[in-house]
Amino acid sequence: MMASSRGLNRKMLVAYGAMGLLGLFFLFPIAIMVIGSFKSDTVVISDQTSLSAFDPRPFEAVDNYRAAADTGNYFKSLRVSVVVSGVVVVGGLIVNSLCGYALARLRFRGQRVLLSIVVALVIIPFEAIAVPLLLMMSEIEWTNTIRAQFLPFIAQPLYIFLFYSFFRGLPSELEEAAMIDGAGPYRTFWSVLFPLAKPAYASAAILSFLYSWGQFLWPVMIARTEDVRPLPIGLTFFRGQPPIQWADLMAFATMMVLPVIIVFVIFQRQFVQGVATSGLKG
Amino acid sequence: MATITLDKINKVYANGYHAIHDLDLDIADTEFLVLVGPSGCGKSTALRMIAGLEEISGGEMRIGDRVVNEVEPKDRDIAMVFQNYALYPHMSVYDNIGFALKLAKTPKAEADRRIREAARVLELEEQLKRKPAQLSGGQRQRVAMGRAIVRQPAAFLMDEPLSNLDAKLRVQMRAEIAGLQRELGVTTVYVTHDQVEAMTMGDRVAVLKDGHLQQVDTPQNLYDRPDNVFVAAFIGSPSMNLFEGVLTLGGGGQEGSLTLGSQTISIPEKVFEERPGLAAYDGKPLIYGIRPEDMEDASLASQPAEPHIHGEVSLVESLGAEILVHFGVDAVPVDSGDPDAVVELGDTAVVVARFSPRSPIRPRQTAAVAVNSERISFFDPSTRLAIWD
Repeated sequence: MMASSRGLNRKMLVAYGAMGLLGLFFLFPIAIMVIGSFKSDTVVISDQTSLSAFDPRPFEAVDNYRAAADTGNYFKSLRVSVVVSGVVVVGGLIVNSLCGYALARLRFRGQRVLLSIVVALVIIPFEAIAVPLLLMMSEIEWTNTIRAQFLPFIAQPLYIFLFYSFFRGLPSELEEAAMIDGAGPYRTFWSVLFPLAKPAYASAAILSFLYSWGQFLWPVMIARTEDVRPLPIGLTFFRGQPPIQWADLMAFATMMVLPVIIVFVIFQRQFVQGVATSGLKG
Repeated sequence: MATITLDKINKVYANGYHAIHDLDLDIADTEFLVLVGPSGCGKSTALRMIAGLEEISGGEMRIGDRVVNEVEPKDRDIAMVFQNYALYPHMSVYDNIGFALKLAKTPKAEADRRIREAARVLELEEQLKRKPAQLSGGQRQRVAMGRAIVRQPAAFLMDEPLSNLDAKLRVQMRAEIAGLQRELGVTTVYVTHDQVEAMTMGDRVAVLKDGHLQQVDTPQNLYDRPDNVFVAAFIGSPSMNLFEGVLTLGGGGQEGSLTLGSQTISIPEKVFEERPGLAAYDGKPLIYGIRPEDMEDASLASQPAEPHIHGEVSLVESLGAEILVHFGVDAVPVDSGDPDAVVELGDTAVVVARFSPRSPIRPRQTAAVAVNSERISFFDPSTRLAIWD
């Protein structure tokens, strides 16, 4: 008994060690980015090949962040990114969850066909529809607008399918009980299904936020002027003004990932739960 | 309080499957009616049609004086208890019980009083703040009951509410639900596939098979005078033993006889007097059934004059208060039509008899079995209906 538990401990130690190393491997670039954002430009480059890359001195953070904010127009791009991601996330949660619910529960003609189409659409990459979409946008004169950056991305087959699987996994007796208790369809959805589906909402929120926040190809195609440029494009333009100020870029990049980290930390628990449950059921 | 009337109710699904055929039921005010039958017999569908969760394809459904065919579930003034309880997992016991009251905009103080009263009756007062996940199976069942009684509905509908409980708790809750129903005096329709539940709880029991109502009667009448082969086999556990045999009529002071494979069972004259319909079957084949409890080890039989049959014992199951003895005879067994029952058809039948635990019988011995032939049930072989008048 003793021997086997010690054996288990050793195994766990090795496993944790390996996971720790892997974790560090992923953390290094982020650490270099954050630490680099505190240093002066020349030091960032000279420290690249030594462990001093992790030494945040000489500390010049204030200048770097100011440059990113002023020269890089960080706040203008932040505003665009927040609006685009905000609408994509909130609008997406409403539209996709109701769609998933309808596919999971309502019986109507063509429901199975519709579901197959949704599933099929999941595998079509955005790159495949980018050009036709651009032509459409230019046809309705929506190029160089913020709405063209969020409207096509609210309805997402992947999240419709995620909600569909989740609602399919809930016993239909819950809704029937609510119906008998006197709740109409909206009340049932709001009082019974929505609270239960929180993990699914958290997963969809985080995934769509990440996707939308990091969108690059579509904004490059559609955003022409500074006032409609989201952060990834802002960063590219900032880098494009020579000479390349690496420390300033690091500061810009740090500010760019900060909201992502904050969102993840807030929803982390539900997210993990959501991935677990929506993976199990369906 | 209300009566529930089903008048020629039919259910046909979109795929053409005809689940319920012309179901007629009159459920009296305050009555406890049990719908029972094997899996797929349509009992849950019938209940869900009363609840309004399934559309009615044909016929008329009335609760009280009101035709409810097109009435929404929430407006039918019914409460339902589901097999899996369907408790709202994110709400406390208090909120689960009070959800319907909240939706009905019952004044807070009144709702609180009723929730606490329901909790008191169901001994849930300590659990009011807990979530369903923190409760035991029995407590969850009580919450589901609480959710139903707090509404003071015209009728309770219960869909196999005890099937998720372990055997001991089921017996306890069975008595509690029946007691509660009598105390509240609310018309109740209760669905189960467990005939012990059906027999012990119902004022009357309706037996369904393949969407057809077989018989609706008091539990004792179902047991004593089943209308057909299916009901005879379905009610009673272990099932009635059914065979094909040939009857020779008695009368005028003479006993009749009945073949059981190569053996014969003598039938007292009294049987023919009670069942004049048997006269038409003289010398003809028919189906007959003997309940396990109408057989006894011949060495222990209280009436030594009872006819004996013999067979080799294959299995002895001791249940403490009684033993179940399985023995083989060369008669032709009959399939009752219960899809949940396993009957091996052939030239030999396995008979199950309920013996006193004092019986010394052991497997592989030849048993001499006394049959109480006054209690044999007879059925027409083509219509499968009971033969009485």
